[in-house]
Amino acid sequence: MALHRYFIEAASRYPGNVAIREPSGASITYRDLDELTDRMRDRLVRIGVAPGDRVGVYLHKSIDSVASILGILKCGAAYVPVDPMAPPSRNAYIFKDCSVRTIVTEVSLAPALGRELNEQGADAPLLALQGDGGGGSLRAWLAQEDALAPAPPARTVESRPDDLAYILYTSGSTGRPKGVMLSHRNAQRFVDWCSDTFKPLPQDRFSSHAPFHFDLSILDIYVPLKHGATLVLIPEDIGKEPLALAGLIASEKLTVWYSTPSILSLLTQYGKMESYGYSSLRLVLFAGEVFPIVHLRALKERLPHPRYFNLYGPTETNVCTFYELPPAVGHDRTEPYPIGIVCSHYRGLIVAAGTNEVEKGMEGELLIQGDGVMQGYWNLPEQNERVFLDLGERGRCYRTGDLVVEQLDGNLKFIGRRDRMVKKRGYRVELGEIEACLYRHPNVREAAVVALPDEREGIKVIAHIATRNQERISLIELKQFCSHHLPLYFIPDLFQFHPMLPKTSTDKIDYQRLQTQAKAPPGGQL
Amino acid sequence: MTADTESIRAKIKEFILKQFLPGEDPNALTESTPLITTGILDSLATLKLITYLEEEFNIRVEAHEADAENLNTLADIARFVSSKLE
Repeated sequence: MALHRYFIEAASRYPGNVAIREPSGASITYRDLDELTDRMRDRLVRIGVAPGDRVGVYLHKSIDSVASILGILKCGAAYVPVDPMAPPSRNAYIFKDCSVRTIVTEVSLAPALGRELNEQGADAPLLALQGDGGGGSLRAWLAQEDALAPAPPARTVESRPDDLAYILYTSGSTGRPKGVMLSHRNAQRFVDWCSDTFKPLPQDRFSSHAPFHFDLSILDIYVPLKHGATLVLIPEDIGKEPLALAGLIASEKLTVWYSTPSILSLLTQYGKMESYGYSSLRLVLFAGEVFPIVHLRALKERLPHPRYFNLYGPTETNVCTFYELPPAVGHDRTEPYPIGIVCSHYRGLIVAAGTNEVEKGMEGELLIQGDGVMQGYWNLPEQNERVFLDLGERGRCYRTGDLVVEQLDGNLKFIGRRDRMVKKRGYRVELGEIEACLYRHPNVREAAVVALPDEREGIKVIAHIATRNQERISLIELKQFCSHHLPLYFIPDLFQFHPMLPKTSTDKIDYQRLQTQAKAPPGGQL
Repeated sequence: MTADTESIRAKIKEFILKQFLPGEDPNALTESTPLITTGILDSLATLKLITYLEEEFNIRVEAHEADAENLNTLADIARFVSSKLE
């Protein structure tokens, strides 16, 4: 069954329910959303989108962007959402990489993207919506296109389980983002697990805090839309402002909240949450990084009644383990909570030294097997070779790269990474991608980026740099330079300058030494 | 008595340099350097700045005011704080 079938069935069961709300007050019912997404499907088919194609989505969050996504799925195509706040050069690279058939975007974003696509030698046509969202932008664009050339009704494609539903691009260690290919089956197994675990109701009001290029959005969009519940879209700007967000969660009477711990930490510190009531909230779900215990304790003291779940999993599997927190966080607890037990649609193995399973209590890499595991990375056969492990009769496993330990109570504890990927504000950041950007700066001779755990902020990313002229570069200039090539959350928290970077005996950059040096106070800066 | 915009700007500049740009040449931070839209201040740094403004100048920053429109440059911030003190 196709992923969009869940929405279509909910629309026939709950036609009058509100499917999506924007905090501006705009909303759309299931009936109207079904009709709008049918029209989008018809238009895309008229343009030439066919089953198996990829279609780019370069839009701010709105009813229009969700409707576009559902319209793309109804054509049997896969959608490729990108970060509307990321530099256009990065987004153009993504669209070129997976050769999208067309890109749904906005009039305000189209010119810069068009220039970048040209420069990179890609030529996907841009469908540019105009307006303030609320569903009106897409309707107006469809009406305008219909006036030029009507789109005859097309059929909704019943995609097969292995057909691609979406490609989510994550940070790549070589300096280029890589596309995680997820099928209808992958998405549905996860959505079904959410149904079993969280028992969504048609009365529920789900937050949609994560951007659509982030894997948290899969729960945000498809779980409420399967059950006749309401999806409350939180625009990117409000999403980062704890003061506004704290009020919105209360006034929208959200019942299910899902985000990274970063924003929940900010809410407890800066949200002035004591000014509001949150009696509707029944579930608080978080994922993407370790929740600093000091902020988690403060949040649970402020909001004691919801159930709290720590969800864990890379984009390649979506959530693969989960842990329900106990009612109170002990005052003497300093250690983060475990990532819990493997979800029922998965099987987990902990291995060391190749494929040998470790004994309980021993550290090893977590491997995940099951129907939710991605199909692979788009057009990266060598990386696919590396991340999938064939265990013969035991089947194919995905190597998460995460080191874990199974505790005596059966819960898994997260220890760290095997490689150089970190989570900053819940986003995956390959430190190598930041280095690749720094090396593009004309005055950077050597660059090495390390990450250190931080009790209050989760993690701090530190860039060590040696310059060509031996003088430090203005931090303002460096940060501005990075912002032209990378999403803002990639920009290092600290920069340290060195005459030359320390080397190992084999003349490679000595990351271990940099890691230890970074723990000392930043007096060593030039 | 309200401090004039010039001295407000100097105070804020000193805070930003010390907190978020240690070691930076003070001349590189001009009154029109964009701070939020280029990632010089990330979301956490912006919140720390707001807390500082509230405490230092005894003002209250409302949720809808905490954005790049009011806080993106030193000139914007100084103008915003002055308007609160009027």
